[in-house]
Formats: sequence, C-alpha cells, structure tokens
Amino acid sequence: MNSAKHPDKIHKEVPCPFCCLLCDDLVIQNRAGILKVRENGCSRAIAHYEQVQPEIQPTIKGKVVTLKDAILHISNILKSSQHPLFSGLGTDVGGLRSTLQLADKTGAIVDHMHSTGLTRNMLVLQDLGWMMTTLTEIKNHADLIVFAGTDAVSGYPRFFERFIWNKNALFNKNTGGRKVFYIGENLDTRPGISPDGQQPVTVQCKHEDIGEFIAILHATLAGDKVNLENLSGKRLKELKLLAYHLTNARYGVLVWAPGEMDFPHAELTIQALCEMVKFINRSTRFGCLSLGGNDGGVSAVNVSTWQSGYPLRVNFNNGYPEYDPSRFSTDNVLKNNEADALVWISSFDTNTRPPKADIPVILLATPATEPDFTPDVFIPVCTPGVDHAGYLFRTDSVVSLPLKQVRVSGYPSVKHILDCVSGLI
Amino acid sequence: MYDPIHGINGEQRNIYIRDGFITTKPATSVRIDRNYDLNDMIIMAGAIDIHTHIGGGKVNIARMMLPEDHRGDPVARTAITRSGSGYTAPSTFATGYRYAEMGYTTCIEPAMLPANARHAHMEMADIPIIDKGAYALLGNDDFFLRMLASGKDRSLICDYVSWIINATKAIGIKVVNPGGISAFKFNQRKLDLDETNSHYGVTPRQILITLARAVRELGIPHPLHVHGCNLGVPGNLLTTLDTIRAAEGLPMHLAHIQFHSYGTEGDRKFSSGSAHIAEAVNANSNISIDVGQILFGQTVTASGDTMLQYAGHRHAHPNKWVIMDIECDAGCGVVPFKYRDKSFVNALQWTIGLELFLLVNDPWRIFLTTDHPNGAPFTSYPHLIRLLMDRSFRNDMLSTIHKQAAAVSILGSLDREYSLYEIAIMTRAAPARSLGLQNRGHLGAGAAADITVYKNLKNREAMFAKPVYVFKDGELVARNGKIIKVINGSTHILKPEYDKGIEKTLKNYFDKYHTMKLDHFKINDDEIVAHGNGNIIVQSCM
Ligand code: SF4
Ligand SMILES: [Zn+2]
Repeated sequence: MNSAKHPDKIHKEVPCPFCCLLCDDLVIQNRAGILKVRENGCSRAIAHYEQVQPEIQPTIKGKVVTLKDAILHISNILKSSQHPLFSGLGTDVGGLRSTLQLADKTGAIVDHMHSTGLTRNMLVLQDLGWMMTTLTEIKNHADLIVFAGTDAVSGYPRFFERFIWNKNALFNKNTGGRKVFYIGENLDTRPGISPDGQQPVTVQCKHEDIGEFIAILHATLAGDKVNLENLSGKRLKELKLLAYHLTNARYGVLVWAPGEMDFPHAELTIQALCEMVKFINRSTRFGCLSLGGNDGGVSAVNVSTWQSGYPLRVNFNNGYPEYDPSRFSTDNVLKNNEADALVWISSFDTNTRPPKADIPVILLATPATEPDFTPDVFIPVCTPGVDHAGYLFRTDSVVSLPLKQVRVSGYPSVKHILDCVSGLI
Repeated sequence: MYDPIHGINGEQRNIYIRDGFITTKPATSVRIDRNYDLNDMIIMAGAIDIHTHIGGGKVNIARMMLPEDHRGDPVARTAITRSGSGYTAPSTFATGYRYAEMGYTTCIEPAMLPANARHAHMEMADIPIIDKGAYALLGNDDFFLRMLASGKDRSLICDYVSWIINATKAIGIKVVNPGGISAFKFNQRKLDLDETNSHYGVTPRQILITLARAVRELGIPHPLHVHGCNLGVPGNLLTTLDTIRAAEGLPMHLAHIQFHSYGTEGDRKFSSGSAHIAEAVNANSNISIDVGQILFGQTVTASGDTMLQYAGHRHAHPNKWVIMDIECDAGCGVVPFKYRDKSFVNALQWTIGLELFLLVNDPWRIFLTTDHPNGAPFTSYPHLIRLLMDRSFRNDMLSTIHKQAAAVSILGSLDREYSLYEIAIMTRAAPARSLGLQNRGHLGAGAAADITVYKNLKNREAMFAKPVYVFKDGELVARNGKIIKVINGSTHILKPEYDKGIEKTLKNYFDKYHTMKLDHFKINDDEIVAHGNGNIIVQSCM
C-alpha cells in the first residue's frame, strides 16, 4: 500500500509531533522513503521517525478489504449505532475537526486517550483557576523552576535542553545559575544538574503526599501557624530552603504533569500547587506550566472547547453537547455500557492500545499498531507531521505549530477517512 | 433605506443583487430571479462589530472554565447548523449563528496575540457566516520594547509593525495597557501614562505615540486601537484625558472607554467622568471610541491586561480566575464577573456608558460595543439599541437601578434619542470606514450584498433582535432571527509593505530567544483558506 514515490531530501526546521513540546528544529532526511533524524531529535523522535512502516491493508474482522469497503463498513456501524464513542483522538487539528463534526452528527461521546490527566487540570481550572506561563517566558525569564511529581524529561525529553539550560536568554543573563527543585519520587533528576555542575535539590516525597507538603509550604509562606513537629529535621530544612527560594525568586516557575499524578483526587494536589503560586504572586512573580497532552491532547481540548464549549468528555447524544468529566470518560462509558460502538483514533504513537470492549471497535491507527484483539474495522492511517501537513497545539496551549510533510505515504489520513464516513451518513 | 455613506436617510429605493454584490439597476432585458417585497421595512447594510472577543486563547480559556455558563444555554444541532453552547462565552458556531441572526455580518477580534494568532484564526475559521478580522497586539512584546528602548529608527519600527500585520494576518494594531503587561512580568503592579516600565525604561506615552505614528505611516486605515492604562481604576478619567493629549493629534481609537471614564468624587470615591471624556472626544476629531457598555447579569471578562485583571481577581464571580504570561509577547487574564443593578459601582458603570453614548455628538466616531463579553455578551445589543433610541424605556430602566447611583447620574436629564440614521452610522457606516473595509457597511453599487432588513417596530429591542431578512454576500442566511442557510464568511486582512531586511534580524532573534522558528510563526494565506473559512480579502492601505 505504501507508495513507491519517495523524494530523496533533507527537510530542515521540521516540527516534531511526538510530544507536546513540538520542537521545530529537527532535520530529517528522507532517503527512498526511509527517514533518518539528522539533527536535534530526542530518542523518542528518533524511535518514531525511523520506525519502519509495515505494509498492511485495511481489514474487516481481520480480513483484508479495500479502503472503500472499510469506510462503507464504518458508516454502516455508525448508522446502526445509538451511542457511539470516539476516543483515542490521536490526531491533529484537522482530524479533530472532522471527528467532532461526525460526533455531532452521530450523537457520539468524545474523549481523548490522555484525558485522565487533562481532566485533572480542567477540574482545577473550573474550580479556582490558576496563574500560568509559557515556554518562551520560561526560557528567557525563569530563575527558579520547581518540578512537582515530574522530572519533565521522561515524558518531554528536550525540556531542559531547550528551556532551562539554554545559553541565550533575554532577561535572565545567568541561565546556568537557575535553581532547580524536584518534589517527588522515582524522578530522573540528572538533567537538573546545571552545565557547571550545580546540583538540584530533591524533596523525596510520594506523589500522593505532594499535596500535603505543598499545603504546609503554603501555610509557612503565608505565616500561618503550622504544626511542624511531625516533620523530620531533613524535611524541615527542605521546607525552609524551598520557602526561602520561592519568596526570593524574581520569576519562578512551577511545573507539573497531570498525567503523571496518577492517584485518586490528584486534582486536589494540582489545585494546592496552583493556590500556592497564586499566593506567591502577591509579592513576586511566578507562573505554572502543565506538561501533558501528547498525541494531540492539547489540540483536542482546545478544538473540543471552541466547537462545543467543553474540554472533552462531551456527549452529543441529545443533539447538543453535554459535559460530564467523570461519567463520559472512556473507561466509564465502556464500563457502564453507555456506548454501542467505539472509534479509536491514534495516528502518532504506535504503542497506544485501544481498550478492549464488547462492542464493535473501529480502529484508525498507525500501521505498526498491534491491538491485542481483532477490531471490527482497522484502517492503518498516516501520521500528521510526517506524512501530511497539519497543526498541533503545544503543551502551554498558546502556541500552535504548522506540521510538515516529510514522507509520502500511501495510507489515508484520519481526516480523509472521517470526512468520507461523514459523507455517507 | 438607511445608508449613511451615501447620505440616504430613510428613503424608498430598490436594491439589486448580483453574484453576491449590490449592483446598479440592470437593463430591462435582464431577468430578475427573485424579488423581495420590503415595503414598510427598514433596510441597512449588515452590521459591523469593531471590538468583540470572539476567538483565540483567552476566549477559549473562558469557555473551558465556565461549564456552568454553557449548561444553561445549550444550542441544539439542526439539519444545517452545528450544535454548541454558551451564553457569555459561546462556542464558535453559536457565535456565528447568533451574530448573523441579529443582522451582523462582520466582526473584528480585537486582541490577537501574535504568539497565539494561528489559534485565533483556527477558531475564527469555525465561526460561520460572518466575515472576520483581527487586530494584532503590540506594545508589550519584547522585540518592540527593545527597539523602542534602544532608540531604533522609526522606519525599522514601521517595518516591524508591518511585518507583524503580515505575519499574523491582521487588519490593525491594538495596544493593551501599553508596557503594562510586560511590566507585570517584572512585578510592577501599576503603570501610569508617564511611569517607566522598570525593565525597558520606556513609558506608555512613548509606546502609544510610537505605535500611532507607525500605524499612520504604514497607511493602516484603522487608527491605533488603544486599551489604555489604568482600566477600571477610579480616577482613570485623568489618564484617559492625558492619553487623548498624548495622541498629539494622530488618529487614535480608545476602546471600551466606559471602563476608562471614572472619577473619584462622592462618598464612595467613585463617580462618572463621562462629561469630561465626552467633551474631550467632541473636541478632538482625531479620536474615535467604542463604549464597552455594561449590562446587568453574569458575564466573563477576558483581556490581555494581566496587570489589571490580576488586580481585579478579588471581584471574580464565581470565584475563579486565570492569569497568564505569554511568550515574552503579551498575556491574558480571564475573570468571571456579575454586574448587579443594585450595586452602586455597577449601576454607575451602566449610567456612565449610556451618558457617553448620549454626550458624544458625532456618531461617526463612537461605536456600539459591550466589549463582548467584558461588559455583556453581544446578544444584548438589541437591548442596548433600545436604551439609546427610547428615552422613556431608558428612564424606566434607570428607576430600577441602585437609588444613589441613579440620583447622582445625569442620565435622567439627557433627552437625546438616537435616530435610525445614527444607529446605521455607528453600527455600519462608521465601523466600515474606520476599518477601511471598502465594500462593506454601505448599500451602494459594488458593495458586498451584506444586507439586513428589519420590521419597523416601536419596540426597538424586538426589532433589532430578529431581522426579517439577513443577506450575506447575497445569500439569504437568516429569516426572522433564524439561520436558514450556512455559508463561510471571509477574513479581512492588510498587507502593508515593509523592508524584508527586518526578517534577518527577526530570524536571528527567534533562533536565539523564541521557542519556535520564525517561519513557523508566520501564517500563510493558504493556511487561512485551508482552515475552511472561505477566502481572504486584502483591504488596501491608505
Ligand atoms: S522532545 Fe518531544 S517534540 Fe522534541 S524532539 Fe523529542 S519527542 Fe519531539
Ligand atoms: Zn476588549
């Protein structure tokens, strides 16, 4: 199915769609359809770009069919479905627009594969709000960076290289002197060592205990009476050190990754972080950054919000959008048998797995995807930013980048498939 | 017919539409496909909103944070329209339908952050029917402030301003709290007109005059669009008067001036500055304004002015708010707010806006806005028009607000009632002229057939809420306040000239300091078309 026509070419300034940092300085070589990351790609980018694409065909229940028949079959499943669920949603802005249009038409529920993390943030935003900052602001201004429950690099490999240990900065002339703190456990803190060897400070803490630690820190900053007797000497020292640096930062940044705070009511921990940052802003400047929303997650939140009014977990079944961040999660919808067909979309990462479900499953995923069951329909799709142009939002939800095509693929795009299906319904 | 650009004030005429445009009377041999009998009806060009926050990052944050706003106002899908939701911060489709249903055919997003421009255009692509445009925000961005601080040549600054308009696909330049959004990032909490930004050592006055000059030198039709210093601060009427002087006679548009017209008189140290402001506006023909009228009820304030939105967060209702520093470029603040008619301050804000409408003489220089959604959602325009056209209705409303506010206001003594001709000026002819939209806002041959037809009802609110017919580009898109056909509007942009040499400097700057490449920051014409929002219309510079 792969087209044989491959221009041999070096592509410069290529935006990488494989995490929500969207680094746009990659140099990619295309030699006879085989991609090689020549410059600036992290290991994740290399793994994705350089993965050899298997040549496979669309299938219905495992049997090879034409693309046309597969599309027809999808439209038949959706026509007879009362409550479809569109999830995964690993696609670009164009694909998301088509998804939402079809969801509106078919009365579907819409969710994203990473929405568990994204929803934690939304609950905080919808309850008390926050004070945020963006990547360029951090790169040029920050003098203190606190990572809570994340080391950034495990999920977003070039974070330190691009935004913390950058040589040039507009306002902070001594980026090497940036203070780095970690709060959490099992974090890779090595990237936090400054170019001239300054060690970061790590507050060892279970992720579910971060909220409590922050509450004590916040109270300490506020000068409230706090009972510190239960704290160990080490913890007390860390608390005082952190309190000192938070107060004396000129432009501090607090980073969390909602997807990595995987415990019940993690949104309350995020809220504690946000409320502390609000408090610090009474006397100095401080901003938050959330790291999350790979696989088009940040784009999905944005497109869903501007089109429906709600940031995902939206149900169009009554003819208008209804929002319930708990009931309309993919897990709950499947568990409660609220859907009778599932469309799972994943056009970036081959390692994502569609959930198993006892309903017809339509899989629009990268050709190397290996589901551990036989979906009713599987159409291998091409990847935005590799096989076709498009747009994605970055983790800060402000900047969106134009994706480029660096390879010619014989696989259809998610947008193409969904628009065809839409035309048949 | 009311067509102020041609001086037509309530005359009976025929209009001919051909291929989306208004045309002269065709030869008798030409077959007319369709006739609309508009006897006894009021005909105006499609209305134009020059300042309405309809698309981009802060609007989307407002939507995200207010599910309660949307639950009460669901919009069901129909055979031809998409579903949506939202009262104060409606979804994109609902925004397009509601504007079109009210007879509005062009809307300008007033605060497009260059760093967020692509997002703004993507959202606006999903606003159907109406034409769109946007002002790019400058005056808090590092590149400009750096140039200003280092005394860079005027022509270089012009090149940069022009480059921004080209790169972000804008139709004008807006400045919000000049230098103040930047100053807030350096922990300054207020910035008066002659106070210096601590990092760059430049003042709002310098920023204003520099940008106003650049706008004029580039021939950008719309004057520099200014959201001044000290928004919402009691006593800011003095800042506003100083700002008018700071324009030094150059064209300048003062946005949502109601929020900048406050005195400090009285027991509560909060009073109306409308008389002073109106006097200054009347005396300075280089100044135009839009009002930013507040109307009572729940809304959400969304602004680039982080400094004052932060200060205002204590009044958030419900109690949640967002402040964001953005990309060494600008910022945004979103604070939900409820205006109460029984609050002295809110009631006085209501009277101040109306006083300004009635005291400013020249309808060509004052535009009807609520600074949607900051003062009220745009769907309250028909109510606002009735307040302007119907003195007894206005006085009835005045009698229901906070007693002391009503007592100190001069509103009750103002007899003026806007005529249909004046409404046509302030909502069509004047905005089109101010924006430089050549073929919009009038009904002469060559104009786009954006036409709104009303029943001549005594209740002006009912009349303006549901026009009988709305034509967009010659297509009948709404009938009796309901969408009957969905088309895509166009995006109006400018392409002022500039010396391409500036891109060299900018490329180096982006490579060193930004987190995206210069080429990716720039938006191509193709992108806007590819997003699906019809086509691009390049308006000409003067
Ligand atoms: S950090 Fe993320 S965006 Fe950057 S190269 Fe790696 S995967 Fe791509
Ligand atoms: Zn505004």
